[in-house]
Amino acid sequence: MYAQMVETGVERVQVVAEMAPDERAFQARIDADIKIEPKDAMPDAYRRTLVRQIQQHAHSEIVGMLPEGNWITRAPSLSRKAILMAKVQDEAGHGLYLYCAAETLGVSRDRMIADLHAGKVKYSSIFNYPTLTWADIGTIGWLVDGAAIMNQIPLCRCSYGPYARAMIRICKEESFHQRQGFDIMMALCRGSAEQKAMAQDALNRWWWPSLMMFGPPDAQSVHSAQSARWKIKLLSNDELRQRFVDQTVPQAEYLGLRVPDDRLAWNEASGHYDFGEIDWSEFHEVLKGHGPCNRDRMRMRIKAWEEGAWVREAAAAYAEKRANAPRPGPLPAMRGEGDRRAAPVG
Amino acid sequence: MLEEDIASTNVGLDLLGQARLWLAYAGEIDGRSEDRLAYFRESGDFRNLLLVEQPNGNYADTIARQYLFDQWHVLVLAELATSKDSRIAAIAAKALTEVRYHVERSSRWVIRLGDGTDLSHGRMQAATDALWMYTGEMHIADASERPLIEAGIAADVEALRVPWLADVRSVFAEATLTVPADSWMQGANGRGGKQGVHTEHLSHLLAEMQVLPRTYPDARW
Ligand SMILES: [Fe+2]
Ligand SMILES: [Fe+2]
Repeated sequence: MYAQMVETGVERVQVVAEMAPDERAFQARIDADIKIEPKDAMPDAYRRTLVRQIQQHAHSEIVGMLPEGNWITRAPSLSRKAILMAKVQDEAGHGLYLYCAAETLGVSRDRMIADLHAGKVKYSSIFNYPTLTWADIGTIGWLVDGAAIMNQIPLCRCSYGPYARAMIRICKEESFHQRQGFDIMMALCRGSAEQKAMAQDALNRWWWPSLMMFGPPDAQSVHSAQSARWKIKLLSNDELRQRFVDQTVPQAEYLGLRVPDDRLAWNEASGHYDFGEIDWSEFHEVLKGHGPCNRDRMRMRIKAWEEGAWVREAAAAYAEKRANAPRPGPLPAMRGEGDRRAAPVG
Repeated sequence: MLEEDIASTNVGLDLLGQARLWLAYAGEIDGRSEDRLAYFRESGDFRNLLLVEQPNGNYADTIARQYLFDQWHVLVLAELATSKDSRIAAIAAKALTEVRYHVERSSRWVIRLGDGTDLSHGRMQAATDALWMYTGEMHIADASERPLIEAGIAADVEALRVPWLADVRSVFAEATLTVPADSWMQGANGRGGKQGVHTEHLSHLLAEMQVLPRTYPDARW
């Protein structure tokens, strides 16, 4: 997902009898669905795992701005342009909420960004694919935001308070994004033969990477089991993927598009769609850095960060001068804070 | 920084929203839609200020362009808000509330960069110096504007030169920047943005922006 294959640092899930008293008390709180808040005691492994998971999620929001930002200047109408700008801006807001949530666990935003740029922390594999046509923008909204919602709705109930609250806000916006993406697809599928072909081509390229977003099967994974015990992962990757397929296939049919999977079939007995084998070697290659856009995405992020260095230094120098200035007067606010889309969550 | 990404997108969204309102109103005259006007005109048909088609450059270039424009924009909109044309007055009044915030934000950045580090000061000054020659035409009324100004419909942009310069001077003073000396202004000869004579940048911007509707002229999106 946006946070794929998060390590917990444990080798196996402890049984209650093996836990120290404080660990047992912590687990009891989680079992009783009492939210963990930043000031509460928590096991180190829980804290580290959450930092990793929230951070990956935050980076995914930010890197995810790049493939969609690629089409802002070329959006085919002014209203589509406004919607896409607002969408990409929402993703920046999501990144901000999540960085703030991670910061409550004692890691700074600068640290997290440095780790991303150093390649120490991943972001979702999906954003390493290119957006080649306008239909890709529709497809991303429909499939990628759709998959994000699938994953994130359960996380609204996760055990860590700031993360759960961030998820609630984010999910509301993601469902807008998904509807807007689907709306782009509808316009294309009702349009000319060329537009319809554009839509089908985009679905052909994004379908399998979208299924990979949920991560490899993890029913046997000790990390997933531990995360489930901590209630920071509520459903298995395969369960989420199945839900996604079940939801999306009828939508593709409605659009008149063909899902590029010969083995896709409704299974009356199970009440779910059966679908073909996912090529996990592609997924692992993309995670290792061999996707079509890994290099471009990181280069772009690092460039933006480095080109902003002198601006951040200037802002800090100015703030310091003002703080030391004898004359009274409010510090000029950094606009953007408290802005209509930027309120951080705690 | 992420906060700036969000804040500048807010400005972009406001300006795009305003442009759509103006285009929709303009299009009522001959039945062209906002998209027809935006996507199916050549650069020579665009009547924008040369200032706003200049490239983003570094952040000081972006801020200088934005501030010099915002400071003019806010004055023009305040005038237009009392236009005898009620549609113009209504659009301007709505836009004015947004643009007051834009100029607040961009002037803060001019000050922050101007009075930040030596490096930022130098970049902010260089950016302003480079763009100054595009600020002249903002205050020159075109022959097509004059009758509208006399009828109380359009803003008297020539009268706004003095208040604009006063505002710029006070922001620059706080920013420890030098107001560039007036020299030759682009468009002052009657061949500038308002007459459809542009810099090289506009046709590139339009080529990118218009590519899809031009490639598929009958498509609906
Ligand atoms: Fe998001
Ligand atoms: Fe989204």
